[in-house]
Amino acid sequence: MNDTLVETTYREALRAAIRQAMLEDERVYLMGEDVGDYGGCFAVSLGLLEEFGPERIRDTPLSESAFVGAGIGSAIGGMRPIVEIMTVNFSLLALDQIMNTAASLLHMSGGQFNVPLVIRMTTGGGRQLAAQHSHSLEGWYAHIPGLRILAPATLEDARGMLLTALKDPDPVLIFEHGSLYNMKGVLAADAGAVDIDRAVVRREGTDVTLITYGGTLGTTLEAADLLAADGISAEVIDLRTLRPLDDETFIGSVRRTHRAVVVDEGWRSGSLSAEISARIMEQALYDLDAPVERVCSAEVPLPYPKHLEDAALPQSATIAEAARRTMSPEQG
Amino acid sequence: MNEHSAGTSSPDQATAPDTEHRRELLRTMVLIRRFEETCAELYSAARIRGFVHLCVGEEAVAAGVMAALGPDDAVLSTYREHGHALARGLTLNSLMAEMFGKQTGCSGGRGGSMHLFDKSHRFVGGNAIVAAGLPLAVGLALADKLQNRDRVTVCFFGEGAAAEGEFHEALNLAALWRLPVLFCCENNLYAMGTSIAKEHAASDLALRAESYGLSAWPVDGMDVLAVERSAVRAVEAIRGGGGPHFLELRTFRFRAHSMYDPDRYREKVEIEQWKERDPIDALVKTMKAAGQIDDAGLAAMRSEVADAVAAAVDTAEQAPFEPVENLTRFVTSEAGTGEDRP
Amino acid sequence: MASFTMPSLGADMEEGTLLEWLVRPGDVVSRGDIVAVVDTAKAAIEVETFLAGVVSELLVEPGTTVSVGTPLATIEPADADAAAAPAEPEPTPEPESVPEPAPEPSPEPGPAPVAAVRSPLVRRLGEQLGVDLAQVQGTGPGGQVTRDDVTRAAAQSPAQSPAQSPAQSPAQAPASAQVSPRATVPAAAGVRATPYARRLAAEHGLDLAAVPHAAGRPISAEDVRAAHEAAAGVIGSVQGQAAEPAEHVAEPAPEPVSVPASGAAQSDKMRAAIAGLMARSKREIPHYYLSSTVDMTRATEWLREANRNRSIGERLVPAALVCKATALAATEVPELNGYWGEDGFEASSQVNLGMAVSLRGGGLVTPALLDASAVGVEDLMAQLKDLVNRARRGRLRGRELTEGTLTITNLGEQGVESVYGVIFPPQVALVGVGRIAERPWAVDGLLGVRPLTTVTLSADHRASDAMTGARFLARIDHHLQHPEEL
Repeated sequence: MNDTLVETTYREALRAAIRQAMLEDERVYLMGEDVGDYGGCFAVSLGLLEEFGPERIRDTPLSESAFVGAGIGSAIGGMRPIVEIMTVNFSLLALDQIMNTAASLLHMSGGQFNVPLVIRMTTGGGRQLAAQHSHSLEGWYAHIPGLRILAPATLEDARGMLLTALKDPDPVLIFEHGSLYNMKGVLAADAGAVDIDRAVVRREGTDVTLITYGGTLGTTLEAADLLAADGISAEVIDLRTLRPLDDETFIGSVRRTHRAVVVDEGWRSGSLSAEISARIMEQALYDLDAPVERVCSAEVPLPYPKHLEDAALPQSATIAEAARRTMSPEQG
Repeated sequence: MNEHSAGTSSPDQATAPDTEHRRELLRTMVLIRRFEETCAELYSAARIRGFVHLCVGEEAVAAGVMAALGPDDAVLSTYREHGHALARGLTLNSLMAEMFGKQTGCSGGRGGSMHLFDKSHRFVGGNAIVAAGLPLAVGLALADKLQNRDRVTVCFFGEGAAAEGEFHEALNLAALWRLPVLFCCENNLYAMGTSIAKEHAASDLALRAESYGLSAWPVDGMDVLAVERSAVRAVEAIRGGGGPHFLELRTFRFRAHSMYDPDRYREKVEIEQWKERDPIDALVKTMKAAGQIDDAGLAAMRSEVADAVAAAVDTAEQAPFEPVENLTRFVTSEAGTGEDRP
Repeated sequence: MASFTMPSLGADMEEGTLLEWLVRPGDVVSRGDIVAVVDTAKAAIEVETFLAGVVSELLVEPGTTVSVGTPLATIEPADADAAAAPAEPEPTPEPESVPEPAPEPSPEPGPAPVAAVRSPLVRRLGEQLGVDLAQVQGTGPGGQVTRDDVTRAAAQSPAQSPAQSPAQSPAQAPASAQVSPRATVPAAAGVRATPYARRLAAEHGLDLAAVPHAAGRPISAEDVRAAHEAAAGVIGSVQGQAAEPAEHVAEPAPEPVSVPASGAAQSDKMRAAIAGLMARSKREIPHYYLSSTVDMTRATEWLREANRNRSIGERLVPAALVCKATALAATEVPELNGYWGEDGFEASSQVNLGMAVSLRGGGLVTPALLDASAVGVEDLMAQLKDLVNRARRGRLRGRELTEGTLTITNLGEQGVESVYGVIFPPQVALVGVGRIAERPWAVDGLLGVRPLTTVTLSADHRASDAMTGARFLARIDHHLQHPEEL
């Protein structure tokens, strides 16, 4: 273990992971809109075209369905593609390929054709990009059997999840929250692959469990600070893998704290937060000392102006407020 | 009758008619026909269920194109793929068992009529999402290109798929990257019940493909020899680095879209006219004229095929169903089946 | 002869209507020929035959609707085509049976464990309908009580409905740690508790209704813990007296009672329930205690005479006399017979004398001799034996467990001289009876040896004062001095 720490950003960590994967495995290539000459819409792949050339850093036309389908086909054909979709909103143009092909092929073929494909895409709001670039639809994808859904929220996970995902024999979707690319921090110089099965406790606490992932991890940790000031000890769970969910970790935490707040930037109705809440009911009802609270995005297409967008998204104050409610639930 | 492939393909008389090869083509078509008719019979008797799309009338396309492929080439098909699968060489037993949903089916019974798969034949499925196979074919070809493999990927779809976005996206991508794909458009004039005239403002699909930068031409899809010649020529060009090719195979299905429909959307006379061009009859006529088969030989072939199909039905009926406890298998790869991650 | 049958023409087709025959008997048909028109729910479709031969008979008239697989016509097969025809389809329209998963093993018919009522919804319904969930036979998985069970129970026993049980407040308390509904008249209507709080209360044997908590908020785990800690110091002082959670005996126990295996866990639960109830009693009820020594000479003499011609099984015991005397005293001093509720004390018009019965497996139950003052001693004796017998077999009736108005505990057989018991909430008094022992006793200035017993009274000072209690003990004494009147 190397103790050396290096300063880096989430973006650089992602790039380092792609680079490492390409160096280690010739079958790996990156494909997507503007990943090459432009350097990636969010500059994740900046400089990789120069290093690896246009065959492996492959710009595509604006044809989400075709290049995602081509990614699937090439995965069946023995490659290890990383397909980048600019934003989760655009991924809907490829939803048919992701759902009807990538997720179904193995089962439909009786186990003959697995699809070792990784799709990366940006998700989430907070950057005033309005109603067609800001949504959090990873919960939809987490609905689909056959897919593995990852949400790296830390530098370690940005650096390590992709490497493990590329070793998975089945399709893996990685959701990178747009607000995280500039996140700075230090990372072990030899940071590498991480597990993509388990949730982790990002902050230990005894009074209430705050369950979140991705872009709202930071917001939730801030909320835990606010709560600490009130003498409330909040445990923060980073789900990391949204499918399959690691029930054991968050249920275990709820069993200790007896209270839960689920923070999910997706819309509340039919959401991942609903799924987590349901699992808590199924598995830990008799450990609950308060109704499960949820903090989700307001049910509107995200608006452009900052004050409205802020009001629509989970904020640390609203998370803390929800946690306080669990400490003294009103008569229901 | 006439194919636009004049120039490079030779007329029959110029090449020595290969009796054995033609008998093979004929048997393939007779087998497909018998298989499909048996499916209709089994379906009528409610012994097989679900959606079943038969390709009676279109046998020449399957038999002719497959004859041009080697074992390493890949084939992607549609939900009307029994013929493609049989012509590709998937075993009769594995296909019939799949109709019955049995464990011994080519997809373990999970797919049924619309989802026939066989990795050993690089038969990447019956895809029931119209046009969804085109991007997959592009990807398979991309993998071959990136790994410097001399393989061709053949993708079947109907003229209905030409209205889908993925058709345009995939043709563009394949041409852009000059990938080794043979696009085979089975133009049977009806997308389910919608005629091509009601679906495409410009109905010359070969021309449309050409506009994306592919080599493309129409072929008489009722003439198995013409289909084979065009396929051979296209595959050779692709292997030679000529980029993706596109064949518009003009054909006709004699039966309903899915098992049974009242055929309100087409005239009986139209069906009768196409039946006069029955691809099996056409080849038989050619072979008889060349002294390559006689009535007795044809009857013997039909009888042998009928027996084989009947035996496959018996075998399929006796085969086991997958145990229900295996229901959730193959949602994700199982330990040992993945290449890397246990 | 082969059958041409109604074909399946679609994935959802179960039946079809024959619209038209396109062939007649005697017509020669080939495989693939269109022979009829059939109307499915979707369309009229021309159908083909897969048989070749001569149409022999048309079996179904046009306009007839038949299910798929029904023979429509018979066809005499032609030999010519027979060779090419595939094996004739079996007339089995449906595929062979799909192997089904092995059926769930049916539950062993062994001793049915008493299932705790865990669904919050069912609990709430029980509260609303005034049904003691502990008394309800669960029909759900693992014996769980379902909503239907509760509504059925409510319909069957109107006596348990709040309206007809004046002693109970309209909204009955949650039943988790409940010993009997009578014992848990709630402190407040609409009590709510979190699931975790319920679980903790059950584990600690606490009655949720008695757990102090902030108004307007459900009872939380913290409230339960606080109540538990407060109660912990009290439980230890329970004197020779305990209660029995009704839910453990209301369920018919299997015969014979198997004490060792399931008994341990059950007695743990029982112990927890007793602890909860007694702690609540001591926390809520300001007890006062009185004692009186009763000369049993006349009573024992009367018994000796009464038993002279009885077989052993029919003999009367002193306890029957004490019970009867107590029941009569209760009618004479009604301030000690009834319940303490939200509106203060409410006397009962009938004396249902709760009997503390120790169980062989440990623990206690307190079934009541219903309307004990109205029953003669002989009958009371019979009822007493029956009650004890059924209590030990777990065959008590719901009313016996829930409608006691005054309790008597007799530890004389154990050699105890006097018992200062803990009152069963919401009752307001408890009578303790010690052993009958020969002791020196002065009567009319002369010292003699007499059979004496100590009768004690524990009473709720909210409901009565010591003067009342003294009067009550005096009445018991009086009746025991006149056994012939009992």
